[in-house]
Amino acid sequence: MATAGGARPPAPGDDGRRGAARVARVPRLLRVPVRRRGARMRLKLLGAGRLGSLAGLGRGGAGALALPGCLLYTRAGAAPHLTHDTLREVRGVPGVAHVALPALAEIHDVLEEYKEGAAKFMGMPDAVLYCSLHDPVTPCPSGYNTNKELQGSVMFGAIEGGDILEERLRSARETAKRPVGGFLLDGFQGSAMAKETKLKLIASVTAELPEDKPRIIHGVGKPDEVLECIERGVDIFESFFPFQVTERGCALVFSYDCHPAPEATVLPQNGIQDLEKNGAQEDQEEVSKADPEMTPFEISLKDKKYHDDFGPLLEGCSCYCCQRHTRAYVHHLLVTNELLAGVLLMMHNFQHYFGFFSAVRDALRDSKLDQLKELIFRQALQGPASTALRH
Amino acid sequence: MAAPAAGPPPVLRIVAECGRSRARAGELRLPHGTVPCPVFMPVGTRGTAKGLTAAQLAALGCRICLGNTFHLGTRPGPELVRRSGGLHGFMDWPHNLLTDSGGFQMVSLLELSEVSEEGVLFQPPHGGDPVLLSPERAMEIQNALGADIVMQLDDVVSSTTTGPRLEEAMLRSVRWLDRCVAAHARPQQQRLFAIVQGGTEPELRLRCLRAMTQRAVSGFAIGGLSGGEAKARFWRAVKLCTEHLPRDKPRYLMGVGYATDLVVCVALGCDMFDCVFPTRTARFGSALVPWGSLQLKNQKFAKDFRPIDADCGCPTCQRHSRAYLHALLRCNTAALHLLTLHNVAYQMKLMGSIRDSILRQRFPEFVREFMAAMYGGRGGPPAWAREALESVGITLG
Repeated sequence: MATAGGARPPAPGDDGRRGAARVARVPRLLRVPVRRRGARMRLKLLGAGRLGSLAGLGRGGAGALALPGCLLYTRAGAAPHLTHDTLREVRGVPGVAHVALPALAEIHDVLEEYKEGAAKFMGMPDAVLYCSLHDPVTPCPSGYNTNKELQGSVMFGAIEGGDILEERLRSARETAKRPVGGFLLDGFQGSAMAKETKLKLIASVTAELPEDKPRIIHGVGKPDEVLECIERGVDIFESFFPFQVTERGCALVFSYDCHPAPEATVLPQNGIQDLEKNGAQEDQEEVSKADPEMTPFEISLKDKKYHDDFGPLLEGCSCYCCQRHTRAYVHHLLVTNELLAGVLLMMHNFQHYFGFFSAVRDALRDSKLDQLKELIFRQALQGPASTALRH
Repeated sequence: MAAPAAGPPPVLRIVAECGRSRARAGELRLPHGTVPCPVFMPVGTRGTAKGLTAAQLAALGCRICLGNTFHLGTRPGPELVRRSGGLHGFMDWPHNLLTDSGGFQMVSLLELSEVSEEGVLFQPPHGGDPVLLSPERAMEIQNALGADIVMQLDDVVSSTTTGPRLEEAMLRSVRWLDRCVAAHARPQQQRLFAIVQGGTEPELRLRCLRAMTQRAVSGFAIGGLSGGEAKARFWRAVKLCTEHLPRDKPRYLMGVGYATDLVVCVALGCDMFDCVFPTRTARFGSALVPWGSLQLKNQKFAKDFRPIDADCGCPTCQRHSRAYLHALLRCNTAALHLLTLHNVAYQMKLMGSIRDSILRQRFPEFVREFMAAMYGGRGGPPAWAREALESVGITLG
């Protein structure tokens, strides 16, 4: 799969027309040999919201992605910090890997000479790749402009239009007419747009799109925002968010368990207690001292208070790190600048994030999405006012 | 000869000896399992084998690695490590550990340390009050860390030191050995090794050897070398030591890790080695191979689609090409881990081949093959290596 179009929000004074016009042009992309053009990819919806799967992916057509779901964020084809064998220890890794175009563009001539495809070059010959125009984490160098025709890949049409409803609708309708495999809701990254506007536009856009094609959005990663988008018809997300959490030395500890064991003292409506138990509440008081990007869903392992905390990163988590190591150990690794910190945190954060999406699918299936929403939104509100207003 | 040591059972069991050189193959019997030797021990200074998980390190065949008393004693401190179940629990490492006493930091952090008969006074690099590392304190910390092999605190000077300071350091190391033996609170669970000093001065080395072999320790390290001294003096000092150390106790040559040095020093009679080189050089993008090393950041590897080494069975070589590693090095720390994996695998494989050849009575042939592969295209092995090998009966072509 590949995406077309740009991702920059319209410049001041721009009425968004440029965005709509951009869709009409033939996408200019790198060759990312994946498989036959659109032949076998199909979306199956199971009836509860947009619970379903995207099947028929990859060379043999055997790949699939459960929906709503996320992609595996990679940097040049490898999960950040993780070798193949450490990635294999992570449960729930999605079947589609996300590679940013700039990484491939850098090795464009190498791939040409290699001749056996990007996936195999990157050491995952059987993987399904999603190639985005930009890396959600690293700012894109300007001036990318390659004219190679894309072969053998499924194209996603980008829907542009800035924050102008009319332009968004026009872009959606025009793109919907084209023989694309799916739709990319573009230009919703970052915080340029007011939250109300963003959500309204997403809902309006997806209303114009055919039900039987997947919708992916870039730049949305926080659990509360993910749920808002899912409610408004988005199917696929990136997984750069757990990577960002890792880079700031933090671990995801938010609860997504709507069905706690009967003997647990924490009831679903008391998501707050989960965070209190896990220390996130106190962490939020120090958030202005810590990384300003930190969200209410995580704890900062660099904090001194963890130096003798012998519990796992998150009680009840079955990931490699939580099964074998303690907060004290991870704290030590961070304080001494050891590389292993990134490895262990990435394993935990990915597994937790993938588990969240699994919980979303379960909630849809069991008609418990409202409960999950309430749990997540309650935890989203734990942070100081400044965090909440940043949407 | 050394008085019979009462206490824990012998560590070394010799299985085979080379008929020509002094090489031996055997096993180290340690509390956390048996370790085949000769053995190379990767260094995990602060309780981590750098970017590798404990599971990955074990999967490569490593059964003993190093932690550092000075660093761990400073952060997070011995008490915290003890509460974590010792260094084994802290790292989740089920196999053996060896802790260095902190003596080497005296040399590497020279500006920040001051030596007296009492111990070494360190100014911690990350702030705080000066810390006195005495033989007693070094043992206390190591007892808390709980490694299977612990090292005496030695008075270490740079290997290029000459004159009165060298003799002073050697004599003090003997006195500190006695204090370490006395202070060691867990002789049944942790094996104490002495560290022979004396620089490259044969007379000083000999006096040190005679004194230390009188003491009841489980093994002997050869310290104070591998620090920039001339290779010609280096190998002679090693050989002098193996000549005078008891046959039935392990000989641990500290700080040796280049492949050629490992091969030669096995021939000279050493059993155990440690070095930061293989893991450190990996983090600079350098992959070790039987014919030298590949600097994978170099542009010439951009389109080299071969693995690092086609004969290497490590996970990195099984899956990735030089070209991919070259590209990955730019943007993902996973590349560093892939190279660390490979370099540790290389060291394990080298030691395994050495051991295997001794068991099969073909160590001299192995040495010749090794040297041909490493130096064949470059005019032959260095003179010091040739001389050292000849001195123990191995002639190169």
